[in-house]
Amino acid sequence: MYKYDNYDQTIVNERVEQFRDQTRRYLAGDLSDDEFRPLRLMNGLYIQRHAPMLRVAIPYGLLSSKQLRMLAHISRKYDKGYGHFSTRQNIQFNWPALETVPDILADLATVEMHAIQTSGNCIRNTTSDQFAGISKDEIEDPRPYCEIIRQWSTFHPEFSFLPRKFKIAVSGSKGDRAAAMVHDIGLYLVNNEKGEVGFKVFVGGGLGRTPYIGKCIRDFLEKKYLLSYIEAILRVYNRFGRRDNIYKARIKILVNDVGQEEFGKQVEKEWLHIKEGVLKLDQKEIDYAKSFFTSPTYSKDAVDDTSYNEAKKSNKSFLNWTTRNLYSHKIPGYTAVIISLKAPDIAPGDATDEQMDFIAELSDLYSFGEIIVTHDQNLVLPNVKQVDLFLLWEKLKTKNLATSNIGLLTDMICCPGLDFCSLANAGSIPIAKQINEKFDNLDYLHDIGDLKIKMSGCMNACGHHHVGHIGILGVDKKGEEFYQLTLGGSSENDATLGDRLGPAIAKTDVADVIGKLLDVYVKLREEDERFLDTYRRIGITPFKENVYASN
Amino acid sequence: MQVIKDKSIINDEWSLIRNIENSDPIPDGDVILPFLFWEANREKLINSKDKHAIWVDGSIETESIANDLKYFIIIALDFPTFKDGRSYSHARLLRERYKYEGELRAIGDVLQDQLFFMKRCGIDSFKVRDDKNIEEALKSFKDFSVRYQAAADDDATISSQRKFK
Ligand code: SF4
Repeated sequence: MYKYDNYDQTIVNERVEQFRDQTRRYLAGDLSDDEFRPLRLMNGLYIQRHAPMLRVAIPYGLLSSKQLRMLAHISRKYDKGYGHFSTRQNIQFNWPALETVPDILADLATVEMHAIQTSGNCIRNTTSDQFAGISKDEIEDPRPYCEIIRQWSTFHPEFSFLPRKFKIAVSGSKGDRAAAMVHDIGLYLVNNEKGEVGFKVFVGGGLGRTPYIGKCIRDFLEKKYLLSYIEAILRVYNRFGRRDNIYKARIKILVNDVGQEEFGKQVEKEWLHIKEGVLKLDQKEIDYAKSFFTSPTYSKDAVDDTSYNEAKKSNKSFLNWTTRNLYSHKIPGYTAVIISLKAPDIAPGDATDEQMDFIAELSDLYSFGEIIVTHDQNLVLPNVKQVDLFLLWEKLKTKNLATSNIGLLTDMICCPGLDFCSLANAGSIPIAKQINEKFDNLDYLHDIGDLKIKMSGCMNACGHHHVGHIGILGVDKKGEEFYQLTLGGSSENDATLGDRLGPAIAKTDVADVIGKLLDVYVKLREEDERFLDTYRRIGITPFKENVYASN
Repeated sequence: MQVIKDKSIINDEWSLIRNIENSDPIPDGDVILPFLFWEANREKLINSKDKHAIWVDGSIETESIANDLKYFIIIALDFPTFKDGRSYSHARLLRERYKYEGELRAIGDVLQDQLFFMKRCGIDSFKVRDDKNIEEALKSFKDFSVRYQAAADDDATISSQRKFK
C-alpha cells in the first residue's frame, strides 16, 4: 500500500497545526460560525444532532492493521467505543468533542491518515473497487491512479471552493464495483483497439435529489493525460456550475443543462490548452505510484490444501458462511474474506473498538496486515489462504463478526438517519432493526439470495437508495416518519435508478411490505433469477398490486 | 487603506468604485473601476488616464477581458463571498494562459484562511476584509511548506522534487 514520504507527512502535519489554530480562533470568537464552517468541513467535521461528527478519510478504502488499530484507539479515547464505516469507504466518529479534534488529527497523522477534504465543497476522497488488486477480471489495479488523484486534489488551490462537493471513482475491472456511474467523475480503466490501457471518462453521475447516471465524454484517455483532463473538467465546472441554488449546484445539473455533447466540447477545449503542460504525467510518476501496489508473496502450495473442503462438508454453518462471505481470488488457494458488519443487533456499518483491534490482529495473522472497507459498509481481508478459513471463521464468530449474509437482504446499506443526522426526515437504523427482526431465518435469506436493500433518511441519498434493488427513502409526512420505496435500482455496469413503487408507507409497515415484495418474487421467479432480474422481466405492476391491494 | 502586497502590509491609495452607471462621469484619481464601466468608456478613459485598474467578479468571463490586459496595472478579483471560488480559476487563467503580469488583487470577502490558496493561483495583493486582523492574516502564507500540484506560483511541486531525487 502507499507509504508516505517526507512530503506527504509534512502536509498532514502542517494540516494538523493549521486546524489547531483555526479551532483556537473559533473558540476565541475570532472566526464566526459561518467562517469556521467551511474550514471544519474541509476537515470532515460536521455539527450533528448530538455532537460533532468527524469523518476520516480512508483513501480508496485501504487500511493497514496499524491504521485500523489507531481507529480503534480513537473510538475508545475520544468517542463512545465505536466507529461507523460509510458507503464512501470512510469512517465516521459520532461523538468527539470539538476541542479534541486537533488531537485526533494529530493521532491520525502518526499513522499516515487524515480527514482532509472528507466534506465540504471540494474534491472528496477518491473511491475505488474493494477487490482491487485481487480480482480475476481486473484490467489494471486502479489504486495507483486513485493515489495520483488524491495527491493532485489535496489542497488544490483552484478547486477548494467549488459550487458543491465533488466525488471521483476509479474502476479497474470489467465488473464495476466502484459505482463509478454515480460519481461526478467516473473513470474506467479500459483497453483500446491497440491493446493499450487508458481511461473511459464519465461525468455528471450522482444520486441525491436529482439522480443521474454518468455520461461518457471520452471513450479513451491516455494515462499520461489523467490529471490534465480532470483539471479541465473541474475548471469548466468551477467556472460555470451553478452557485445560486445548492440543489442545482452539482456538476450533473450543469452537464444536463448544457447537454452531454456540448459539455464534452467545453472540456476538450479547455484541455487543449493544458494537455501538454505540467500536469502531463511522466511514466516515472506513474511507476512511482504503482510501486506501492505490488502483490504480497503468495505461497505456491496454498492450493494444495484439502482441509477446507472437508470442513465445508462437515459443518453447515461454515458452508453457509463460505457461500456468502468469500470473494474468489486471482491466485488459486487464496480468497478474499468479507467480514459482515451487518449482524442483526448492530447498526449497519458499525464496529466497536474491540472488533477493530481484533480484525487488525486477524489481518496480521492471515492477510498480510491489510484491510479494505467496502461500499457496502463491510470489511475485507483481501488475501486469506483457504487453509486458514475455518480457524478464521471460528475466531470471527467470537466477536459477532461471522454473520453469513453478504449480498443478502440483511446486508443492508443504511445512512445514520434521524438517530444522528440533523438533515434526516426519518430514521433508518430502526428500519434496519425492524427488517432484521422480521427476516431472521437464515435459510429463507439464502433462498432469496442476492438482494441489495439501500436506505437513506432523506433526499440527500447518503444510503444510495436510488440504486438499491429495493430502495428505501425516509420522508416526513406532517411530522411523521414515512418511507418511499423504489424497485429495480443498480449501481453496477448496468446502472439504473429505481422506480417508485407507489405512495409512501408507514414506519411500522416497512418490513411487512418487503415481505410482500418477496412473496411476488418467490412466486414468479424463474430458476436462478435474482430479485433484480425478475423485476426487470416482469415490471413493477405485480409488486404494486400485492403491496397496495391489501392495504 | 491597507493591503497585503508581496507578503507585507502596505498603504495603498487606490479606491474601489463598486457602484457606477456607465453614463456617469469618470471619477478622478486612482480608481479601480468595474470592467463593464471601463469597457463602456474605454476611448475616453484611454485618452484621459495613464493608469488603469478594473475589477471583475466570477460572472465576467476571463476571455472577455483578455484582449485589454495591456492597459491594466491592477485587476481586482471579487469574492462576493469566500465560498464563491470562481475567481480562483480566473486568477490562474490570467496568469498562466494570458500571461498577465500586473497586480492581481483579491477584494470582497477576503479572509486569512483562503490567502494561501489565492496566492497559489497567482493573486499577489489582498484587501483583507475590514473587520479582520490583517497582521494575523499574513500567517496564512506559511500554512503549508510543500504542495502537491502545480498552479500559478512557481514553487516546485512535490512530484517534480521526487522525480529529480
Ligand atoms: S441521507 Fe439524509 S439523513 Fe441520511 S445521512 Fe445523508 S443527509 Fe443524513
